[in-house]
Amino acid sequence: MTHKRYDIKSYPGFLQITLLCLFVLYAPLIVVAIYSLNASASIAVWEGFSFRWYVDVFTGPESAKFKTAARNSFVIAIIAATLATAIATLAATAMVRGGKFRLRAWSFGLISLPLMVPEIVTAVATLIFFNSIGFDRGLLTILLAHIAFCIPFAYLPISARMQGIEDSYEQAAQDLYATKRQAFTKILLPLMLPGIISGFLLAFIISLDDFIITNFVKGAGVETLPTAIFGAVKQGIKPNIMAISTMLLGFSVLMVLISYLVSRTDKTS
Amino acid sequence: MAGGATSGGNAVTDTYKEARNWLLLPAWVTLGILVLAPVLLMLVYSFLTKEFRGGVIWEFSLAAYDQFFFDRGLFGDDPAKIEWTYIAIFWRSIWQAGAATILSLVIGFPTAYFIATRPEKQRVIWVFLITIPYWVNLLIRTVSMRFLLRDEGPLNSFLMTTGLVDAPIHMINTNFAVQVGLFYSYLPFMVLPIYAAVERYNFTLSEAAADLYANKWITLRHILLPAVKPGVVAGCILVFVPSLGSFLAPDLLGGAKNFMIGSLIEEQFKGNAGNWPFGAAASMILLTMVLIILVIYARAQARSDKEAG
Amino acid sequence: MKKLLTTTAAATALLMGATGAQAEGKLAIYHWFEYIPQDLLDKFSKEHDVEVIMDTYDSNEAMLATLKAGAIGTYDVAVPTDYMVSILIGEGLADEIASGELSNIGNVKAAFTDPAYDPGLKHSIPYQGGTTSFSVDTAEYTGDIDSTDIIFNPPEELHGKINVLDSQGEVLALAAVHMGIPQCSTDRDQLKALNDMLQAAKPHWASFNSDTAKEVLAAGDVVAGMIFNGYAAKARETRETLKYAYPKQGWVNWMDSVVLLKDAPNRENALKFMDFLLEPENIAQVTNFARYTDVVEGTAEFIDPELASMHESNPPAGIEGVFVEACDAETQAVYDKIWTNLKK
Repeated sequence: MTHKRYDIKSYPGFLQITLLCLFVLYAPLIVVAIYSLNASASIAVWEGFSFRWYVDVFTGPESAKFKTAARNSFVIAIIAATLATAIATLAATAMVRGGKFRLRAWSFGLISLPLMVPEIVTAVATLIFFNSIGFDRGLLTILLAHIAFCIPFAYLPISARMQGIEDSYEQAAQDLYATKRQAFTKILLPLMLPGIISGFLLAFIISLDDFIITNFVKGAGVETLPTAIFGAVKQGIKPNIMAISTMLLGFSVLMVLISYLVSRTDKTS
Repeated sequence: MAGGATSGGNAVTDTYKEARNWLLLPAWVTLGILVLAPVLLMLVYSFLTKEFRGGVIWEFSLAAYDQFFFDRGLFGDDPAKIEWTYIAIFWRSIWQAGAATILSLVIGFPTAYFIATRPEKQRVIWVFLITIPYWVNLLIRTVSMRFLLRDEGPLNSFLMTTGLVDAPIHMINTNFAVQVGLFYSYLPFMVLPIYAAVERYNFTLSEAAADLYANKWITLRHILLPAVKPGVVAGCILVFVPSLGSFLAPDLLGGAKNFMIGSLIEEQFKGNAGNWPFGAAASMILLTMVLIILVIYARAQARSDKEAG
Repeated sequence: MKKLLTTTAAATALLMGATGAQAEGKLAIYHWFEYIPQDLLDKFSKEHDVEVIMDTYDSNEAMLATLKAGAIGTYDVAVPTDYMVSILIGEGLADEIASGELSNIGNVKAAFTDPAYDPGLKHSIPYQGGTTSFSVDTAEYTGDIDSTDIIFNPPEELHGKINVLDSQGEVLALAAVHMGIPQCSTDRDQLKALNDMLQAAKPHWASFNSDTAKEVLAAGDVVAGMIFNGYAAKARETRETLKYAYPKQGWVNWMDSVVLLKDAPNRENALKFMDFLLEPENIAQVTNFARYTDVVEGTAEFIDPELASMHESNPPAGIEGVFVEACDAETQAVYDKIWTNLKK
């Protein structure tokens, strides 16, 4: 890189704005992480460093509620992400490998529908739907709603990955007398694995993250982590909520790291 | 490039051609039943009669849309005037979402540009840093912001101990707090598309301009900006659309006093109002607005693709 | 693909297991937020081998909306306020308790066995009674606080520093008290005046919140805020300068009740729970936690002595509070409109 080119590219103040941007993004999270280590029961005063609120999350009076909520959240996220990924993988295969066909544009529209419809509208529509068909609300209604809106999130990385794979591999396999099914399962699927993993992780996080739709379709006494946290913070932010938030923060960072490492091994191979 | 999709007519495409309807079936069924059908049902509900204290009566009625657009006084028998209240709520939402979008653009563009002009290895790390907060639960981020902005919160105590201000700045439960919350929620959506556009930008164009003694800022304005415009537009839409229907930021940061569309809709189903057809009508109006924005965007995109190709 | 399917099947089984009964039975309670101590629920759970699940709401109207939006048939009991009890009964959302089904019903103090909202206690048991007015931070505002002007015609110092409950029934009832008009008025001039008065007051309010009513006062986010008396006592424990007001115009009285809901999935357990709450020792725990008043005989020995003497549970003599009234559909439509005007 020559000196001149570098000079052309750089603008004064842009570095500062970038740092400001990072500061704005991280300041609230870091503040919460720090205050989760506060020994005081009040969020307003700092009384020294302590892990007591982390202990409280697992053993305190509200621990049972949060344990159930966490279990619900993770079970729903795993099932929803798995099914959404499976559905998205099949759909992506048809959309990318199926040539041009009349329903293609409509299918694409349908798949991206959950991305286009504002979340609150999806939530209301789903509530009306379950209510009008008399479907009892509970874990299952949350799960169904989550599968649906996770599909586009799983679909995007998978189809992007598939577009990057030449079909010559499968063609070669078929030339070597592999069956169609074998060409799909032994050639295409393994090649798509990084995309599938990214899609799964994205869907998983989206499901874990959802509050609005879950809040509308959940049944009696069924809480996920976000709805439990929302219920708790409405009456004031307590230190144990900060501890839970910080743990979820750590978990999310871990997930992104995994996703990043997966995509990196893909490049090197 | 997109091998399978474009080459067409070979054995592989034929294989998937036979199977493609079966492959798409699960997606059609799931999304058709769980997203499309509910949205259509909601359209139907918006034309039904409200039941006293929640629920609907299956009788056709335009009352929901009438309530939205016309004011007939407290007792419902005044001559109809235009009802500005809900239009004002939509306007406020558009304004808030717009302000958040502009704020994101002002901060997001230089950031995206800065990152895209780093050496390749550094870029990955910068992008990583920008995206991590997005992966954190939106609720948690909004709650954190609320904690930070409180009158007696960390930001005010920091400002006061450093002597920058004498009395706490009142930020929570204001429009400003909502804008900051929206900005903070969706900022990565602004940065990433712009980053992608700038990364593809051919800097020899800027060099050529510089050789012609163009000032740096003129180059930015007239050469770079038009080239990365699709990225900027995409970023703006990705921030604006979710902001428009947001619920958490107005509720937790705005004190639920000044309604935005999301809170207005929620109130019809979970709050005091209990007017389902009206909630459905408001949802349909919001959805229509969003779809119009997306269609305009898609048209413009198609046109510029045509011009480019 | 096979592996995928088996994993999913296993996970689904886990999910179903998560909802399946782990205890003898279940009890689903729909309750006001921050009202009942977890210890007491645990105690009931242990005594009767019942898994207790509880959801919370922040206003009577929100509870009604949720029940009507498909939640009826999933909860066993709810805890509405007096006027909402009669609305639930009128809407057919409450189940009838046959005589003899509750063995502890005789523990209810005589004065409360035949309330107007549920004559003869056929659907509910009284739970906790109290008042609703507002608290003011006397360190920030030194004027007279015992007037509804604080909320509806606030002095300049309080502008933008007031929180109002997000609860239609209580706010409109207190507004009626402020204006000295009946609650279910059909007089057009009165209704217009009420609407105008609220519209004039709204710009001075900072927020509409019920579930943060205590927090915003305790944290100093607002100087004055509508609040329930027991909740006000709790707020005062954090910020000592807060004072609960007894406006000279009057305030809102209320009696929360435990209602047996229609189509309760665990009706037996719901009745057991109601009996459980009619035992002096148990209901006293709620009283001590929520800091309101119960109406069960023999609770005196279990109750925190401080409760009897505290300011929040001792309204001045000579002024009466009012109960929220349930209006008929036509009248209610106007009040709904006034509330919508206020909220939008």
